[in-house]
Amino acid sequence: MSDLFVVEDLTVTFPTSRGPVDVVKNVSFTVGRDDTLGIVGESGSGKSMTALAVLGLLPRGARTSGSVKLDGIELLGKSERDLRSVRGNAISMVFQDPLSSLNPYYTVGLQISEMYQTHRGGSRRSARQVAIDALDRVGIPDPARRVDHYPHQFSGGQRQRVMIAMALCCSPSLLIADEPTTALDVTVQAQILELLAELQSTTGTGMIFITHDLAVISSIAQRVLVMRSGDPVEYGTAEQVFSAPRHEYTRMLLDAVPRIDDEVAL
Amino acid sequence: MTRYVLGRLGSVVLILLAVCLFTYLIFFKLSPDPAVMICGKTCTPDRIDSIRNVLGLNQPLLSQFWEFLRGIFVGRQYGSVHCPAPCLGYSFQTNESVWSMITARLPVSVTVAVGAAVLWLLAGVIGGLVSAIKQGTWWDRSAMALALGGVSVPNYVLALVLQYVLVVKLQVLPFPAAVSFVDNPVVWFESYLMPWVVLAVGYACLYARLTRSNVIDTLSENYYRTARAKGLSGSLIMRRHALRPALTPITTIFGMDFAGLLGGALITETVFGLNGIGKLAADSIAKNDQPVIMAVTLLAAFFVVIGNVVVDLLYTALDPRVRVVST
Amino acid sequence: MLKKDKGALACLAFLAIVVLMAVAAPLITKLSGWGPYQFDSAATNSDLGGVPHGALGGISGSHWFGVEPQNGRDLFARIVYGARVSITISLSATLLTGILGVVLGMLAGFYRGWVDQVISRLMDFLMAFPALIFMIAILSSLPAGNRPVLLVVVISAFGWPYLARVIRGQTMTLANREFVEAARASGAKGTQVVFREILPNLRGSIVVMTTLAIPGYIGTEAGLSFLGVGVSPPTASWGQMIASSVSWYSVDPMFFAIPGAFLFLTVLSLTVLGDKIRTMVDQGVAA
Repeated sequence: MSDLFVVEDLTVTFPTSRGPVDVVKNVSFTVGRDDTLGIVGESGSGKSMTALAVLGLLPRGARTSGSVKLDGIELLGKSERDLRSVRGNAISMVFQDPLSSLNPYYTVGLQISEMYQTHRGGSRRSARQVAIDALDRVGIPDPARRVDHYPHQFSGGQRQRVMIAMALCCSPSLLIADEPTTALDVTVQAQILELLAELQSTTGTGMIFITHDLAVISSIAQRVLVMRSGDPVEYGTAEQVFSAPRHEYTRMLLDAVPRIDDEVAL
Repeated sequence: MTRYVLGRLGSVVLILLAVCLFTYLIFFKLSPDPAVMICGKTCTPDRIDSIRNVLGLNQPLLSQFWEFLRGIFVGRQYGSVHCPAPCLGYSFQTNESVWSMITARLPVSVTVAVGAAVLWLLAGVIGGLVSAIKQGTWWDRSAMALALGGVSVPNYVLALVLQYVLVVKLQVLPFPAAVSFVDNPVVWFESYLMPWVVLAVGYACLYARLTRSNVIDTLSENYYRTARAKGLSGSLIMRRHALRPALTPITTIFGMDFAGLLGGALITETVFGLNGIGKLAADSIAKNDQPVIMAVTLLAAFFVVIGNVVVDLLYTALDPRVRVVST
Repeated sequence: MLKKDKGALACLAFLAIVVLMAVAAPLITKLSGWGPYQFDSAATNSDLGGVPHGALGGISGSHWFGVEPQNGRDLFARIVYGARVSITISLSATLLTGILGVVLGMLAGFYRGWVDQVISRLMDFLMAFPALIFMIAILSSLPAGNRPVLLVVVISAFGWPYLARVIRGQTMTLANREFVEAARASGAKGTQVVFREILPNLRGSIVVMTTLAIPGYIGTEAGLSFLGVGVSPPTASWGQMIASSVSWYSVDPMFFAIPGAFLFLTVLSLTVLGDKIRTMVDQGVAA
């Protein structure tokens, strides 16, 4: 089976007053269908930049090199117009802070259906039905009523469910989740992780899960990429990385994960 | 919601009453005796007394104030002169009811305000928008430098410069004349053009700076990034996820500025000799025609206070976050 | 940061000149040879209705900026003395507005309750007032007396709510911060907390708001003088000079251009500097 998503030697360069700086250096990884890749690193390690680079969403002035292929089709260097038909359609994203990631001026229904209509066309009415179904699928109770509510009327966990509903409404083949649980309470975090895992098993979407927290991806990722200040430090199956980390930095991150026996020692 | 509106209207009435009373007190204490002014040169103590009687000036201050308020709703009798409701007073210097003086001038002030508002909204918002999109380019920098300059020109200075250049030197425009739109639309337009521009420049520059910084802030919002990540078309992203959030706060400021202008653009109207409320205010201050000064002050305060309420209601309609809180 | 900015430096230099003119007015006019109230009928052409002799409104070695039409008063001297009026009135008004706005704003924001109610309603009332009409009305009906003091009082009376509103909001936020609670817990009195703990934290906004207010007050003073209710003649004021130039601008444009340019450049310089200071304060807060 060929891999769904292949990234090779991805480098992102930012111009600064002290000359160009590489924020992502020669990163390579693959994501298979049904697979989840975890990208782990501290803030500033370049993990979010990697995600934005894939979709051509980097800030102005940034340059990228290398190769990003989805189903064998090269994405880097594609025109803005071509990229638009990929964004949200073949590859979609879920961001960290769901409140600020949703536009406060529009109902969640409109924010989901505007995306569906852009990629799939169809009438307002059918797009609205898609939005209701999408909300239903992510476990929002009473979706037919909630579809007309504004983001601030939802709780934090529900907002992230809305974001996920939106990301999945066009049945993308790859979902990039950038710290989707960081801004949420611990119990809600677990629910969102569960939801993502469940949705993935039913839809067969490939997923890239970006986080600073190794504990979070240990439960869902098949493969793990560890990044540190733009460099790919370690890459392998989850089993390899967790049980026999080759790099000291990975070991350090692993040590930072609280364990039950730590608490006992206290 | 209804309770909220009623509460706001209650405070409107209170503020207007306070403005009214305050103006009344100030002029009651400060001004020379209006009876003497009306009486003129050929005056006898008897005549002054009778004028005082007719105007109610020999009554205590509060009952005079009460008469004034009552007059607004039921009209008033000044001796043989009847001032029908809404009676804001009667000017014995011009022998006209203040209400009719105001209604005669209001269209001019409204024309000035509306024309200027259209100009400054167009120039300010579009200029600011282009600057935000082309942030850091020479266009942006020169537009913003120009905006700082525009904010700093006192409008009478600008008015005189424009008159000198356009009317005296280049002779491309006539000196503003009082012509109605129906009689001669071309002269009407040419007459109002300079007042519009003069009034609009300062506001346009402020709005350009404001629009620019609002749009730039919005472009770095997370939901703007989300909109791009969703693959929406450029125009849809711009309209829904950049302009709507960036321009909504500007409506508040616009509402207040516009309301402030409806009460008369005193300096602009005076400089161009336009017979609006602003010029009426200036003229009656010069002649010390108290009933008119009083009414014009009240009218301007009325527009500001009502504008405040309208803006608040408009904002609840435009920003869903406010809407839910207030219901 | 200011040192590198050429525009800001130019503004600063211009303002320094204006302040110098204001401070040393009598000295400067002694040097230039003509006082602000001296008539020079030789400098104007009585046959042409009093238009100044010579080109550019009578600019010459003895009258550096030319003369007023008709009576021939020296424009340079009047500009120099006019700077005095502008600077004195705008700075005094800024000071008075600053004190009123900061004290009342802090009181309203710190004590809340009825104090806030009273102050806030007063602010609503003053901001709803058509300030310009009212300023003119008051000034025109008051006896001439001490006009500059009256101007300062009237301008400040309507100006302070705009500062107080901002200060009130920021005080409310600050009052809930830990260091204020700590000060209260250690037994400090209300007034001590307000002036020792809260006031220093408002410094940035006060500096920005007041610098941006000065050009506004210069404009207001000039505007009121332009409308004939400012400083009373023969005292020179830029606004008043512009007003008297209105009937002459087609034959003697310099009479209008000189005070107009001084007024514009002064306001512009202060606005540019205020803007820079705001950027610096914002960045300082962010850093």
